[in-house]
Amino acid sequence: MPEVKILEEVCKGCGLCCDDVCPVDILILSPDTINSSGYHPTVVTDMKKCIGCGYCYMICPEPAIEVYK
Amino acid sequence: MKKIFGRPAGLTEIIQRYCPGCGHGIVHRLIAELLVELDIRERTVGIAPVGCSVFADEYFNCDMIQPPHGRGPAVATGIKRSRPDCVLFSYQGDGDLAAIGTAETVHAAARNEKITVIFINNAIYGMTGGQLAPTTLPGMRSTTSVKGRDVVKQGYPIKVCELLSGVDGAYYLERCAVNTPKNIIKTKKALKTAFKNQMDDKGFSLVEILSMCPTGWGVTPVQSKQWIDDVMSKYYPLGVYRDRAKEEK
Repeated sequence: MPEVKILEEVCKGCGLCCDDVCPVDILILSPDTINSSGYHPTVVTDMKKCIGCGYCYMICPEPAIEVYK
Repeated sequence: MKKIFGRPAGLTEIIQRYCPGCGHGIVHRLIAELLVELDIRERTVGIAPVGCSVFADEYFNCDMIQPPHGRGPAVATGIKRSRPDCVLFSYQGDGDLAAIGTAETVHAAARNEKITVIFINNAIYGMTGGQLAPTTLPGMRSTTSVKGRDVVKQGYPIKVCELLSGVDGAYYLERCAVNTPKNIIKTKKALKTAFKNQMDDKGFSLVEILSMCPTGWGVTPVQSKQWIDDVMSKYYPLGVYRDRAKEEK
């Protein structure tokens, strides 16, 4: 099962990965968590759906996303 | 569980101080991945520009130099000629390459120096606060063209790939973008070709990359991504402008 790990402290909450990049649409900007830089980091809504394509990692400018398989 | 995607060894652990949604981070990562893939990290010298990416020397895990504004290709020429075993890349923005450093870029291309130039085109001066750049599109608003770029007063933008395709010395010219995963894969391929041309001692390679600047453009990161597709890539068409390796075949 592929798994996406978001490094919350590195994420700047730009939302590039949340738009239409994820083919299974499981990434959203967290409405209630906030990191020490003051950004709302990306969170995964349903890890079971992840296909491990790595598109989120590709578009992430930081990179704050790691993909495991 | 095996990590299949993650921070490449070509980048340091420092968190980059770019704005959210900035394209610089994506290009940094692509270069860092190639340094590892081509196994050239130990002999690469990078040239950091003046601009938003002035601290690139802290982010890349290879030797870096920060020359005066716009003089990247000139410094790269010097290093490459004295140390031909080194791999040189000059990372430059539009203020650095298309404004103050135009002469260095054109002449480095004309001399066919064996260097790789990476040109980040975000159509605006990001670091100084979103002023009009030589690459600002006609009608586009910036803090020094509040009613939109007026071509009568401020002239026309410089299209760097088209300009250099008139220079016979240039070996490889391509324009890409980093707004979608598809374009990012293409950009990585172009960067790989540019590095390989240098490693095979072929000649001057320049990759122009259309990049997002949500802060300078005054839009959200997601809108900026869309704007490259809808507007910017219409004015700056993506594609290969010169590939002498193919022409010679």
